[in-house]
Amino acid sequence: MTADRLSLVFGALADPTRRAILTRLTEGEATVTELAAPFHVSQPAISRHLKVLETAGLISRTRRATARLSHLEAEPLREVTTWLARYQRFWDESHERLDDLLAALQAENDSPGRGTADRARGDDDEQD
Amino acid sequence: MSKTKITAEPGIPQIVITRDFDAPRDLVFRAYTDPQLLVQWLGPRDISMTIDRYDVRDGGRWRYIHTDPQGNEHSFHGIFHGTPSPEAIVQTFEYEGVPGHVMLDTTTLEEHGGQTLVRTVSSFQSVADRDGMVAAGMERGVVEGNERLDEVLAKLQAS
Repeated sequence: MTADRLSLVFGALADPTRRAILTRLTEGEATVTELAAPFHVSQPAISRHLKVLETAGLISRTRRATARLSHLEAEPLREVTTWLARYQRFWDESHERLDDLLAALQAENDSPGRGTADRARGDDDEQD
Repeated sequence: MSKTKITAEPGIPQIVITRDFDAPRDLVFRAYTDPQLLVQWLGPRDISMTIDRYDVRDGGRWRYIHTDPQGNEHSFHGIFHGTPSPEAIVQTFEYEGVPGHVMLDTTTLEEHGGQTLVRTVSSFQSVADRDGMVAAGMERGVVEGNERLDEVLAKLQAS
């Protein structure tokens, strides 16, 4: 996904109403009337949200008789969550390791000589 | 649920990372600035980290290499701006795989009730840089499970 496309998807996802619309569409296609029903906003407002989602590639729209149906397009969402998941995973895992290290360092301070954090030796000569 | 909170606002070239640690501020500061401690936690578990230099002072340079299980090396370097302290660790950050795209990171440590809140604001040169470079810089052989779409949406809803 290009950076521009990613920005479009992020922009589209930034709005709670649009996220709720996407959630509704995971259950299946829906008309504008159906999508507007749970919200206290007008159908034209919902239509504008749908336009933003369509531009971002998050939904596609087809006509059936007089109704216009919206469908979820999962791929851009998958790509954007992959992007975030990578970054999140990097920091989650780093911070979990830091939790362990901090616990070991504190245990060492509490009971000198037991040396639970041998790897961290050599820090005692540092002046705080 | 993840304790590390990452915020990436649309249209703003920044990422904000916050995390609480169950340790006093001085200790967390040491873990962030002592290279012997840093190598023990920075990066996913399957990555080994080698520090080339880590000169924690105003104008001091740092450089480290992350090696993934496939043997791919990813190097990063930057410079500290101002004397690093728990009030602020300010540094530039550049992924050598994408030279010329520099981030400015400001990390602050705040102690409250025996816990330390670490907040890092990463500023990119542009939104495109943030979106593109982070994806490139964070590749490192990380494989994520196939989350089910409804779970992802639920998470987005909750955020």
